[in-house]
Amino acid sequence: MTFVPAKQRLEPWSWLGVPFLICAIASVLLTVPIRAFGVGLPQPVLALVLAFAWAVIRPSVLAPFLLMLFGLFLDLLWGGPIGLWGLALVAAYGLILAVRPTLTGRGIAVLWIWYAAACLLAFGVGVLITFAKTSEIPNPWSLGWQILITILLYPFAGRLIARYEDADVRFR
Amino acid sequence: MSLRDGPFQDIKVPLTWTAAVAVVVTAVIGVALVLGDRRETVQGHASEVARDAFDRVARPVSGILDAPVRWVDGGVAGVRSYFFAVSENRRLKQEVADLTHWRNDAIALRHDNERYEALLGLRTDPPIPMVAARVIADDHGPFAQTRLADAGVEAGVRSGNPVMTEHGLVGRILGVAKGVSRILLLTDVSSRLPIMDDRTDSRGILTGDGSGAPTLEYLRGDQPVKAGDRILSSGDGGLFPRGLPVGEVYQSIDGNWRVRLDADDGPIDNVRILLFRDVSQLARQPGLSSTSIPPLAPADAAQVAAEANAASQSSAPPASTSHPTHAAATAAPTVAATQTAPHLTVTTTATHGASAPVHAPVAASAHPAAHLKHRPATAASSGAPPAPDDTMPPT
Repeated sequence: MTFVPAKQRLEPWSWLGVPFLICAIASVLLTVPIRAFGVGLPQPVLALVLAFAWAVIRPSVLAPFLLMLFGLFLDLLWGGPIGLWGLALVAAYGLILAVRPTLTGRGIAVLWIWYAAACLLAFGVGVLITFAKTSEIPNPWSLGWQILITILLYPFAGRLIARYEDADVRFR
Repeated sequence: MSLRDGPFQDIKVPLTWTAAVAVVVTAVIGVALVLGDRRETVQGHASEVARDAFDRVARPVSGILDAPVRWVDGGVAGVRSYFFAVSENRRLKQEVADLTHWRNDAIALRHDNERYEALLGLRTDPPIPMVAARVIADDHGPFAQTRLADAGVEAGVRSGNPVMTEHGLVGRILGVAKGVSRILLLTDVSSRLPIMDDRTDSRGILTGDGSGAPTLEYLRGDQPVKAGDRILSSGDGGLFPRGLPVGEVYQSIDGNWRVRLDADDGPIDNVRILLFRDVSQLARQPGLSSTSIPPLAPADAAQVAAEANAASQSSAPPASTSHPTHAAATAAPTVAATQTAPHLTVTTTATHGASAPVHAPVAASAHPAAHLKHRPATAASSGAPPAPDDTMPPT
């Protein structure tokens, strides 16, 4: 039997709880009505960083439920349709979970591309739900801008993966 | 005995599969939540409770986060006004000089308008009370464009109330809790507003799509709008009052008619919430749909009976109704005029359908008010600072 030091174990509060809280606080901060030259703060979907990184680090039963919770939080915070972001985040998590075996050991470019694919899927789910409820497709420019700034957040996902991917030796 | 010590101790389910099951379960929950949401409607619904509770919690947090922004904005404005006081003073003097003759014209026109309204017996809308509020949170994604304002149910705010800045219409109240209310912007993808063109009076629906300029849809008529036309709220449906300034029409590169919102002329930091309730919202709907005919006076009843007898004897087809009140109610013309010597009896149907007969000493066709166009309220764009008990002049 191999002895595993406590600091090398993946504690849920460490790789799930702390990033969850950081993203929630950052999301609230980005709703502050600051305007510079007529432009407000960008509002990327920070939770997509979690959806991607959590799926890559290791499969978890808790992660989808936390993502659903975060999605509900975003819907209430932004005043959007209830369930939209929960479903979108879980869809992105499911995609990365399905392709997880192909992602191990890949470089940053491949991971970034799959992160972008997860973002596109999440926003695609959002567009479908919006179309189903309002018969209206959101403006492509507005949509593209939010997708772009969300995709640019990959370095945060990469850092989270690098921090926790090899932290638990039991899953090597 | 714990599960680990039981007969299932040797069963090992792959973690990926259990995670996949969790994904499916959460997806089902998500679909159920999406189907149960009724955000786009004005009527109350179950998710509104959750939204209002969340907004109530978010209010102090957003208020604290917003405070430094307000302080910095105030400081910058103070420094700017100090350094640019002379040039601003010169500009304002010129503006006052330009506006003085407009003010005189406006006063004269208002007096004329009031006289014509009195002559015609128009039932104008009562003044709309307003409350001022400060925006404390700003959400502007493609799927939701809302703001959080720091006035709530204690100020009389209700779901559906129109929201304006000093420049124009911003949106409507989506949800309201104690001390806070959420504004659905006109640019939100689920926003729909009945509008009219100020030049042609043609109607349409202003549809948000998540961009800064909503589109005009369901326009009726031949060339109903053109670039530069002013767009106002039409008041159709009763949710918004008629004549609120919305914006200016332009044609986008995709060929759609869009509206450049007046509210974009300045920051949406302070807003006015119109505590507007249309007669259709105030009225008891079942009462409106049921027709109750008042009892006849004895003399009228005898006359009606005699007429009915005569009709039955001559085998004429029975009239649909012989009651004068009912006949007048079913006729319901927009403006009906009948002349009874020596005075003219004019029955005008006001915006909401109520009629008020008056006796006017002049002929309707010769009356100058026959050409009078009902002008929208413009006091909301007067630039005056909002006050809690501020009221809007009648439209």
